[in-house]
Amino acid sequence: MNVPDELKYTDSHEWVRWESDGSATVGITDFAQESLGDLVFVELPAVGRDVTEGQACAVVESVKAASDVYAPISGKVVAVNERLAEHPESINADAFGAWLFRLQPAQAGAHPRLLDAPQYAGQVEQHK
Amino acid sequence: MLKRTALYAAHVDAGGRMVDFGGWEMPLHYGSQIREHHAVRREAGVFDVSHMRVLDVTGADGGALLRELLSADVDRRAPGQAMYSCMLDERGGVLDDLIVYRQPSAALPYRLILNAATADRDLQWMRRRAAQGARQVGLAARQDLAILAVQGPGALAALVRAQPSIAATAASLAVFHCACDGPRFVARTGYTGEDGYEIVVPEAEVHTLWQKLLDSGARACGLGARDTLRLEAGMSLYGQDLDQSVTPLEAGLAWTVDLQPGHEFVGRGELERQLARGGLRQMLGLVLLERGVLRAHQVVQTVHGEGLVTSGTFSPTLQVSIALARLPAGPAPGDSVEVQLRGRSAAARIVKPRFVRHGRALVPAGLAQAQVPT
Repeated sequence: MNVPDELKYTDSHEWVRWESDGSATVGITDFAQESLGDLVFVELPAVGRDVTEGQACAVVESVKAASDVYAPISGKVVAVNERLAEHPESINADAFGAWLFRLQPAQAGAHPRLLDAPQYAGQVEQHK
Repeated sequence: MLKRTALYAAHVDAGGRMVDFGGWEMPLHYGSQIREHHAVRREAGVFDVSHMRVLDVTGADGGALLRELLSADVDRRAPGQAMYSCMLDERGGVLDDLIVYRQPSAALPYRLILNAATADRDLQWMRRRAAQGARQVGLAARQDLAILAVQGPGALAALVRAQPSIAATAASLAVFHCACDGPRFVARTGYTGEDGYEIVVPEAEVHTLWQKLLDSGARACGLGARDTLRLEAGMSLYGQDLDQSVTPLEAGLAWTVDLQPGHEFVGRGELERQLARGGLRQMLGLVLLERGVLRAHQVVQTVHGEGLVTSGTFSPTLQVSIALARLPAGPAPGDSVEVQLRGRSAAARIVKPRFVRHGRALVPAGLAQAQVPT
């Protein structure tokens, strides 16, 4: 199972990449896309929206099920991946490349509740 | 402990994502169910359906037992013909839907293929009924046999490359007919809405046949694609569109019920009462007019009252969400309805419960999003 070292994770299967400008790019993990199967729709939050950590702010929908995507940190949505509207299946092809949205964090500094790669990988193994 | 078919290891080797289906560990897909779906509509796919139960009905009274237990009448099928039917309980509720094959030679038994999840219950029921009265009937569950479904416009061509002997038998068949090639049984039937064959072979042969079909260009297809294909074709899934709480009349399967005089069968009385009462619910198709996916158990609002989605999916061929739904009497194709999706109400159009056949869209032009021939 693919769990890149340089990313952070949540126990609801989102990944976070901290950008050099302090923003956080968010997507869903390889484990998540594999569980969902072929994705057919993605609903993204509006740019400018404020989200709270743990709040459902996007939806990924496959033939099998619709699944909420949760904000890994509190912040403001500053960008969304428009391409996913026409090509939701790109998440299946490359979960860590096909980002969903980008957040400007509400608070600077550490976000200790995010998991590192070994912690996330361990959690997933336990649930299998 | 889940049951496994003879091809379990082959499925895992091919990258199969294994899931529990009716107590069997079966492949949901081998990487992409959408890709597998398209392969069947455009070329050829092969499904391991060995979890289904082959049941051979032998004996002088075998035919009579089937006439009594099934809603359709086997006597009105010629030797070599297949028959899709429901098997009902005393209240007319559907115990299972199945295909009966009347084999070309009277020396060969009637062959039934039962759904995996209901096979044990079906057999118990049939054994109990067979024991009533002094009847000469044998019911042989054939656990020694495996079943492959080869489906798609390229199915016969793949078979010709893979196994010429079976292919020769297949090529001789009209649609919905069957024949034997030694210990192998071939039927021109399927669950996809495409041309194709269901092939029953001794378990010892299935691995070779499977591999040869893959080598001949048929794509391995799992249960996910099987579900989207059958739903596009408007075919029911027992346990979702059909169960013991409905009669065939409210499941869109009135056409499987033969009420000619002289055809006494279990459940007939209740069906006649339902017809006399009228006001029956009906099975219709839905096409979602907005983004989203129709799913089982979603409530449908019509001007004639509420209905329920029984099966829903996103149609890979049409690129819209489609569903089968049980609706009150009154609504008809062309009507607009509202469906309660996840947290919102969405508009859908009622259509006839059949969306795609032989690669062609049957829904009115404009409802499908993809460029599909109609």
